[in-house]
Amino acid sequence: MSKHNRNSKLFEGSLVSGALKQSFVKLKPGVMLKNPVMFTVYVGTIIMMGVCAWIASGEKSQGSLAYNLTITIILLVTVLFANFAEAIAEARGKAQADSLRKTREDTPAKKVMTVGDMYVNEIKLVPSSQLVKGDMFICETGDIIPMDGEIVQGLATIDESAITGESAPVIREAGGDKSSVTGGTKVLSDRIKVRVTTEPGESFLDKMIALVEGASRQKTPNEIALTILLASFTIIFLIVCVTLKPFADYANTPITIAAFVSLYVCLIPTTIGGLLSAIGIAGMDRALRANVITKSGKAVETAGDLDTLLLDKTGTITIGNRKATNFYPANGISAASFTEACALSSIADETPEGKSIIELSKLDVKKLHTDGARFIEFTAETRSSGIDLPSGVKIRKGAFDSIRNLANKAGNSVPQETADKVKDISSNGGTPLVVSENNKVIGVIELQDIIKPGIQERFERLRKMGVKTVMVTGDNPLTAKYIAEKAGVDDFIAEAKPEDKMNYIKQEQQGGKLVAMMGDGTNDAPALAQADVGVAMNSGTAAAKEAGNMVDLDNDPTKLIEIVEIGKQLLMTRGTLTTFSIANDVAKYFAIVPALFIASIPALQALNIMRLHSPESAILSAVIFNAIIIPMLIPLALKGVAYKPIGASALLRRNLLIYGLGGVIVPFIGIKLIDLAVALFV
Amino acid sequence: MNTELIGVVVTFLLTVLLAFPLGKYIAKMFAGERTITDFMNPVERFIYRISGIDPKKGMNWKEFLKSMLAINMLWLFYAFFLLLNQSHLPLNPDGNPNMTPDLSFNTAISFLVNCNLQHYSGESGLTYFTQLFVITFLQFVSAATGIAAAVALFNGLKHKTTDNLGNFWDIFTKSITRILLPLCIVMAVIMAFNGSPASFDGKDTITTLQGDTVNVSRGPAAGMIAIKHLGTNGGGWFGANSAHPLENPNYVTNMIELIAQVLIPIAMLFALGFYIKRKKFAYVIFGIMTVGMLFLIVPTMNWEMHGNPEIAKMGILQATGAMEGKEVRFGPAASAYWSIVTTIISTGSVNSMHDSSMPLSGMMQMLGMLINAFYGGCGVGILNYYIYIIIAVFIGGLMVGRTPEFMGHKVEAREVKIAALVTLLSAFLIKGGTALAAYYFVKHGNADWTVQPANWLNNPGNHGFSEMFYEFTSSNANNGSGFEGLGDNNIFWNVTTGFVLILGRFLPIIGPIAIAGLLAKKKFIPESSGTLKVDSLTFGVLTFAIIIIITALSYFPPLVLGPIAEYFSL
Repeated sequence: MSKHNRNSKLFEGSLVSGALKQSFVKLKPGVMLKNPVMFTVYVGTIIMMGVCAWIASGEKSQGSLAYNLTITIILLVTVLFANFAEAIAEARGKAQADSLRKTREDTPAKKVMTVGDMYVNEIKLVPSSQLVKGDMFICETGDIIPMDGEIVQGLATIDESAITGESAPVIREAGGDKSSVTGGTKVLSDRIKVRVTTEPGESFLDKMIALVEGASRQKTPNEIALTILLASFTIIFLIVCVTLKPFADYANTPITIAAFVSLYVCLIPTTIGGLLSAIGIAGMDRALRANVITKSGKAVETAGDLDTLLLDKTGTITIGNRKATNFYPANGISAASFTEACALSSIADETPEGKSIIELSKLDVKKLHTDGARFIEFTAETRSSGIDLPSGVKIRKGAFDSIRNLANKAGNSVPQETADKVKDISSNGGTPLVVSENNKVIGVIELQDIIKPGIQERFERLRKMGVKTVMVTGDNPLTAKYIAEKAGVDDFIAEAKPEDKMNYIKQEQQGGKLVAMMGDGTNDAPALAQADVGVAMNSGTAAAKEAGNMVDLDNDPTKLIEIVEIGKQLLMTRGTLTTFSIANDVAKYFAIVPALFIASIPALQALNIMRLHSPESAILSAVIFNAIIIPMLIPLALKGVAYKPIGASALLRRNLLIYGLGGVIVPFIGIKLIDLAVALFV
Repeated sequence: MNTELIGVVVTFLLTVLLAFPLGKYIAKMFAGERTITDFMNPVERFIYRISGIDPKKGMNWKEFLKSMLAINMLWLFYAFFLLLNQSHLPLNPDGNPNMTPDLSFNTAISFLVNCNLQHYSGESGLTYFTQLFVITFLQFVSAATGIAAAVALFNGLKHKTTDNLGNFWDIFTKSITRILLPLCIVMAVIMAFNGSPASFDGKDTITTLQGDTVNVSRGPAAGMIAIKHLGTNGGGWFGANSAHPLENPNYVTNMIELIAQVLIPIAMLFALGFYIKRKKFAYVIFGIMTVGMLFLIVPTMNWEMHGNPEIAKMGILQATGAMEGKEVRFGPAASAYWSIVTTIISTGSVNSMHDSSMPLSGMMQMLGMLINAFYGGCGVGILNYYIYIIIAVFIGGLMVGRTPEFMGHKVEAREVKIAALVTLLSAFLIKGGTALAAYYFVKHGNADWTVQPANWLNNPGNHGFSEMFYEFTSSNANNGSGFEGLGDNNIFWNVTTGFVLILGRFLPIIGPIAIAGLLAKKKFIPESSGTLKVDSLTFGVLTFAIIIIITALSYFPPLVLGPIAEYFSL
């Protein structure tokens, strides 16, 4: 999924031992009560303990003590397995978050003492844990940033690899949309003054850890609905078991308490009931593994439902910047001399476009004679840049109209073929840069947006998921349309202003759609808040991060696509395991019901289609199967069911076959195998 | 193919052939378009005027249910009071007595809820007055109530977002004036011409070939026979129901009665497709229901046509199949077909005795009622199926990686809660009731009751268990057929089934309408390629699987103890 996966092993030794301990801690009735399905198993276990005590004190009608004790232990283990599933999911999420948090603990901070203290603006070294919201600190070359904050003064290059895994340093500066710094990252150069934006223990990571740990974890709406459904199945099976007593009396069949409890526990959806909270936690954990901090479990769930993604063109659809792709000299100008003129005009141009021109010219800059030349910087006024060579030659490049003005003033006209080319380039989504020599137009350079390789396939994948993609760009509509078509997005917003995003989101939402967007700037904040899933870049402003419901540590705009898949996986895992759990019951019935009545109605042997050894072994096998299926499915619950964008109906067919039909067949085989083993002992 | 089978196939095909145009007509009529029954307009206007009804006033789901429940309550008291005092009322040529309070409690409820469980025999238990003004009246209004409830659901599905499920009084009235009444008139005439009595004279006396004198009950029966089938009621004029020669004289009337009882349930499915303009959705439902019906019918016909192995062991040829409890004029194929049709659609009329069916045929009849949604009763069949759809949508929706939605509306905790409660309710009523009966039978067999629990059952063992289980299943499904052989006219059965009847009727109407109302109010979400397609075959199969699994899991133990054990013991 993400290139930054940490701890991708499912069960790490240290986590497992902690989780095992937690499985027992979670036996507290108050904790158990949160999961109604497993709570009833817990009650069943306690009843069985009572039965064992009763038998130990001389009761004869309930079967042997060893048999009852075995059932009791298996039931207890069933509960522990379910607790373990939750505990291991928590442990993994916590470990992931901890590894991010560790970097920022107890870093010395250069706190700026503010007015009112003894000395104004004195700098004092304090542990980072003492910083509170609103405090100022200074970071210089080599310092670890102690807390999340916003740069109020200065500019610095920062190594964020501790968080993002990306080794290339980034520039953060005061003002603007790149003013945010994250605790644990390292300043590589320069000096910045930063204001702390979060209280200690309240950073997004802290909040997420609390979510994962369960203290502040709330069931999501869908989880609640599913719990209701599972609870109703549980009640149905409670009715089945309770009414079985008078039915059995009618049929003159004594049924032991162990058999009742076993039948009940086997029938209720313990598999999904035991794994449900683990699935939810694992969803958040998977998001974190993709370096996305989610502020609530609900956000992940919503991500699966997204209908529309608003994607910024730059960085998401196109590689950062435009690149020069072609030189078109005017008639009478040789290709070589035009290429040289282009290169010369760009020598001092540090913009990516300028560099790409040099690159395209394939000339060795050092060999060009530029001694004594004067470089003309780009200004908003002239909208052109260039070079004045010692030989008196003046080369300029710039937007078409600015160079045309320049030429016209000098009494020169623009060659027809160049004017045509300019139009061509514009209509193909490119940007023309016209070049002049001594105020005479000599040709045009074509700059093109480079669409990220593989992005078309990703959009195709999204389309199959039913997600509409919208490109947001500052380009003019013509260019935007061209790129939109080439990249394969469904819609675009050209010449976008922040309020356009907001309006688009509102308009989509009015149509009942769920919209996600990614943003970093303060002016994105309202739209981030309006969107159903707002992903703020970690480099973004505090306002943006506060407004969104997820924070992407990688600042990677394509992350939205991963987030959608994580959401879908979460929902699918719930659905498929529910199906599996319920389908399992068919086999369990065929194991237990004949076992209950075979003594009084021998003809029912015909229903014992698995040919299980004896009534007792049949019941034991069913209960054992019911217990061990939980840990066997933990890996699936944690990793999630793979999502394939093959259309809803095909996906449903596939999952129905695997988890529905599979859920019917697997337990027949499993119970039979367990019975073969159990038969050796009974 | 033998003629018996051809008869069955032709009957079914004719039903579908007639149901299709009827469905189209129903959709048009409720959509307010011009139809051939517009001549009823003045009648309806008159009814609205004297009742002070504004038929244009829309109702939200709560108002709709309030109106429906209020009028039903009124009918209940009306019926109860009349049955209790029928001997003092006119039109009682045979001098039949009043009903006992517990029997009239049971009968009033039973007909109000479209069940028509009969713990009495029409010939001696009722007067012509109560047959007409209680029984037949309730057969009309209860069927119309069901249709009105289904149309409320249609209205919820039709609009993107709406609070308005339609006006109950308007839909209810038109269900009678424009669907039930016209069809009944046609059918009653046919029945009368085929020999069903339509006279107010009392018992007739005939002298048999042996010279004995026999009193034959009569009465204005033809009209009631029509509505009892068209309204999926099932309560017969005579005790023997449609096995009685005057209630179902010949094979043709048998076909007509078979067609009549499935006609409106299937037509309502087609109407759903036309009305909400999603024909494929309706066709898939129709297909799934038909497959479900075939799963029940084909084996049943097979068992019944092949006779009883116990009799075969005695060396007796059974060329015509298992004929115990069947009428020679219908034969085992048509009788088996009837027994399943009447149980899946909650009619509950019988032309053979289900008690005498082969054990697994009996199970199929029970399954028909336990599922209660393969076509299902007048209007309510769709409501029952809707509950299964909601559960299928919830599980299926998750499996395609979206939070569940149905026709553009999110299915959330509240809707799931209602659907779960309705599903739970059946399991609770049926098994709770049977458990209670089994408990009294075993532990208090000699209780000091008029009919001692130990004497309830004609047959001991597994079959006796089936008789009790069938009775509660039939009550909960509002079916009304009986595994006879159960001594059911006594306080225990009258009262317990009475409560099961009323809960089993109204909660499964309230639930789906509440869900429809809640969903319709939500914001509409347009479909995308990631949305679960509810009109796809895959979704149909999922719904079918959910129906089978829920039913099998909920009722496996009692079915094992009853018919399955009996089958394996043969």
